[in-house]
Amino acid sequence: MRSKSNNSIFHNIDWITVLTYLVLVLMGWLNIYAAVYNEEHHVITDISQKYGKQLIWISTSLLIALIILIIDENFYTAFAYFIFGAILLANITVPFLGREVKGSRSWFRFGDFGIQPAEFMKFAANLALAKFLSNQNIKIADYKNTFISLLIIGIPLIIIKVLQDETGLAIVFVAFIFTLYREGLSVNYLLLGFLAIILFVLALLINNLYLFIIIAALCTVAFLFVKRNRKNLFIIAAVGLIACSMVRGTSAVYEHMEDHQKVRIDVLLGRGTVDLKKEGYNVNQAKIAIGSGGFFGKGYLQGTQTKYDFVPEQDTDFIFCTVGEEWGFLGSSLVIILELFLIIRIIFMAERQRSPFSRIYGYGVASILFFHLTVNVGMTIGLAPVIGIPLPFFSYGGSSLWSFTILLFIFIKLDSHRLQILR
Amino acid sequence: MNQLSERKYIIIGVFILVGLIYISRLFYIQVLDDSYKLDAQNQAFRYTTEFPIRGYIYDRNNKLLVYNEAAYDLMVLPKNVKNIDTMDLCSLLGITKEQFLKKMKKATQSPNSPRKESIFEKQLSPKDYASLQERLYSFPGFWVQSRTLRKYPKKIAAHMLGYIGEADKRITEKNPYYKEGDYLGISGIEKTYEKVLRGKKGMHIIMKDVNNRDMGSYMNGLYDTAAISGLPLTTTIDADLQEYAEQLMQNKIGSVVAIDPSTGEILAIVTSPTYDPNLFVGRARNKNFVELSLDSIGKPLFNRSTMASYPPGSTFKLIMALIGLNEGVLTPETRYPCARGYPPLGGRPKCHAHPSPQNLEGAIGTSCNSYFSFVFKSVIDDKKYHDTYKAYANWRDIATSFCLGTKTGSDLAHELRGNVPSINYYDKVFGKGSWKASTVISLGIGQAEMGITPLQNANLVAIIANKGWYYTPHIVKAINNNANDTILDRFKVKHYTKIKDTAIYNMVIAGMAKAVEGGTASALKIEGIPYCAKTGTAQNPHGKDHSVFVCFAPKDNPKIAIGILIENAGFGSTYAGPIARLMMEKYLKGKITRPDLEKRMLETDLIHKGKNEVKK
Repeated sequence: MRSKSNNSIFHNIDWITVLTYLVLVLMGWLNIYAAVYNEEHHVITDISQKYGKQLIWISTSLLIALIILIIDENFYTAFAYFIFGAILLANITVPFLGREVKGSRSWFRFGDFGIQPAEFMKFAANLALAKFLSNQNIKIADYKNTFISLLIIGIPLIIIKVLQDETGLAIVFVAFIFTLYREGLSVNYLLLGFLAIILFVLALLINNLYLFIIIAALCTVAFLFVKRNRKNLFIIAAVGLIACSMVRGTSAVYEHMEDHQKVRIDVLLGRGTVDLKKEGYNVNQAKIAIGSGGFFGKGYLQGTQTKYDFVPEQDTDFIFCTVGEEWGFLGSSLVIILELFLIIRIIFMAERQRSPFSRIYGYGVASILFFHLTVNVGMTIGLAPVIGIPLPFFSYGGSSLWSFTILLFIFIKLDSHRLQILR
Repeated sequence: MNQLSERKYIIIGVFILVGLIYISRLFYIQVLDDSYKLDAQNQAFRYTTEFPIRGYIYDRNNKLLVYNEAAYDLMVLPKNVKNIDTMDLCSLLGITKEQFLKKMKKATQSPNSPRKESIFEKQLSPKDYASLQERLYSFPGFWVQSRTLRKYPKKIAAHMLGYIGEADKRITEKNPYYKEGDYLGISGIEKTYEKVLRGKKGMHIIMKDVNNRDMGSYMNGLYDTAAISGLPLTTTIDADLQEYAEQLMQNKIGSVVAIDPSTGEILAIVTSPTYDPNLFVGRARNKNFVELSLDSIGKPLFNRSTMASYPPGSTFKLIMALIGLNEGVLTPETRYPCARGYPPLGGRPKCHAHPSPQNLEGAIGTSCNSYFSFVFKSVIDDKKYHDTYKAYANWRDIATSFCLGTKTGSDLAHELRGNVPSINYYDKVFGKGSWKASTVISLGIGQAEMGITPLQNANLVAIIANKGWYYTPHIVKAINNNANDTILDRFKVKHYTKIKDTAIYNMVIAGMAKAVEGGTASALKIEGIPYCAKTGTAQNPHGKDHSVFVCFAPKDNPKIAIGILIENAGFGSTYAGPIARLMMEKYLKGKITRPDLEKRMLETDLIHKGKNEVKK
């Protein structure tokens, strides 16, 4: 009995995670159907429509999941760097070898279907990071190791941003900061990052001169309250200087941004006058769709804002609008709770791993999912800038669904061998 | 390592915190804040209105007074206007290219917009519509919306019927039922019975997509409503009498109100000069409105019958007599002297030459100012009240119970209250305690500050005819052929005055009968119908006295009470009396036995001086 179940690929699988995954995927599919609902093609499996295509993506994802579970778990540790290198190469070459589609240079096309290698960079970078940090001789507090970790994250980020011009796909790599933090990265980095975000926002909203005065005042006050020695003075002065240079840097960064990005930030912060017919259109329409759902929603397939194309990208990046409009507060908070449940379940699983590699990889999965959830839902309800990234398991799209499936199921596979010795 | 694993709590904490913030935010925009729901409806729904048919209006004998005629508004949605033959459309509408461009500009610019439908050309004539209809398919973005216009086959009772107009912003803000451009009653019974006449608009919700294409009915029409037609009104007006009275009153300034005293039903209500109600319909409306409002002499838009306040004059002497008799300070045989005026105040108020002294009957017949000044003084100085002010309060109390100084509560739009001065008022004018009967003596003859509308005047006659009670005068008899509609209940309540003794009324009525038999109205007898009347003149500061005549007929079981006033026309028996007499005969007999009198009245022109002036 025991030996039989040991041999089964489903042995020790965390079914709660798998089930949550399946529920989310199914809900996503139903909502894609609603978002692009078309009276003439009302069969949900009609593959001329996006919901029919999504069914193909779902079934192939399940196939991929099965293959991942079949492959020996040691494959992922052994080939972590190789996979990372290979996919990085694909990302470097895609702008030159891929076919340009609607101005985007991040796709490999195979007839009707397309693959976005950037999507697969996530799990590859996660594997590489886990491999590097799980090395027993590695202490992350070591600056050299911090630097290498940041390279593993930063190289894909820069390649995807610079070569492919896919801000959304690139910025996701920032999520690994959570992994690094869990593995011992000084909290100062996080605080510094947090400070940077706050100062960036403030610098755009408040006259910079006032901001300098406020920083100086805060430093002075801080100095009065700590032990007056040379070290503290140095630290406070350094923080103050960094803060001031961040403020100065903000306008440089902002001016350097592309117009549509500036506008998105302006819309989020409510700077200046936002024309709801132009730059403010997406977010406003998203809010209208979600807000008009009310507590119980308008009912499945009854959403007018999403069904009649008021909301752009409603099947992909703005899929949450369909949920909000048709399923109301009940449905949309359920989706958030389900996604968060999955993420926290993954953290819980990561913490039960004996192998640091599995744990680190698990944190990577949770971090990436969380980042996607936060930004994707946040932009539809006006709490985050508009960045084109999908809602995990929900949004239409083969590459993203495959990518999330691979990301998750490698971890499920690793978890099913959690009792094994350190790798 | 252990310390690091503690960090999972911070990470989980951050994740949950973000989740909570998002769920709270969702709760705010989805449950607490309604503005997004409204935005969504405004965007995705097109509400098409089905306009109900406005209720018809009939006279008491079911003769049609107001009906509807179809009209067609040419609508435009500028966004959808593409590749049209502009010249072709212009020639069909009979407009120039410049006008066309101007109209397009108006439809495109704020408050309109290319994505918003608006009226391009209002109320096409049936002929234009017919020729346009065939070609409409070649003008995408244009379509025709049918509306109804009021039509008046008899061209009478313009002021009473009132007119309808378009709802403006002020109205839509006050009453959300109306949308800008909807028609609603602005005056007359079109206004007072607006809710009955208008019916209920139907609403169809059409879903539209982002490109403004129709996507079908929302929820298969679950929330759609059909229009409910307005209800027909049966008025109390006798169209023939109304028309006749208007003809008699033409070229005279004034008002006639005829009431059936037994029911309070208004049989005719004429304001002169009047106008053809059809002038306020259709595209010439604004032009006609301006023309009528420019007539500063006749003021045809001024609804004198309920909005003009005249001194009641001689009519009030009847009330004065009733009060005197009721208070016991006067008997039919009481005689007072007259010296071409009221002797105690040196001949003021003035009076005209007549035998003196005379009794009550004689005083009513000759309308003696001195006599009723004496009566007024005796009422105010009545010892049983010990106090002038208490006596005055009592006098005023009784006078106002005849529906003076207060709106009658009729269903005619816009009524004036009239005025019976209060103690407070005189205290303010003369100082508290420093006025007495002789200070305000001309109240006794219906002058001074007293004001009365022609409607109140006619009602006063009805009260005397009824010997002490009245029904609120009203203009609508039945709603949707139902005379028992609860809206009309208030017209079925008898109101009693403070003088209830019918014997008292009989004494005054006897005086009025005498006026017809052998008094001031003796030239106006109607064969076979004994009636009661009082001629009068009302002094006014604006020129010649107003010619006043009040009467009711027959003497017993009165069927009609008339109050008539013609501005600056002199003696009551000259113009007011003959018109009232002709109306009574017309109403009661259906034919006229004095064609000479009729001809004279029809031809009399008191407005255009120097022409057709009738010699006495």
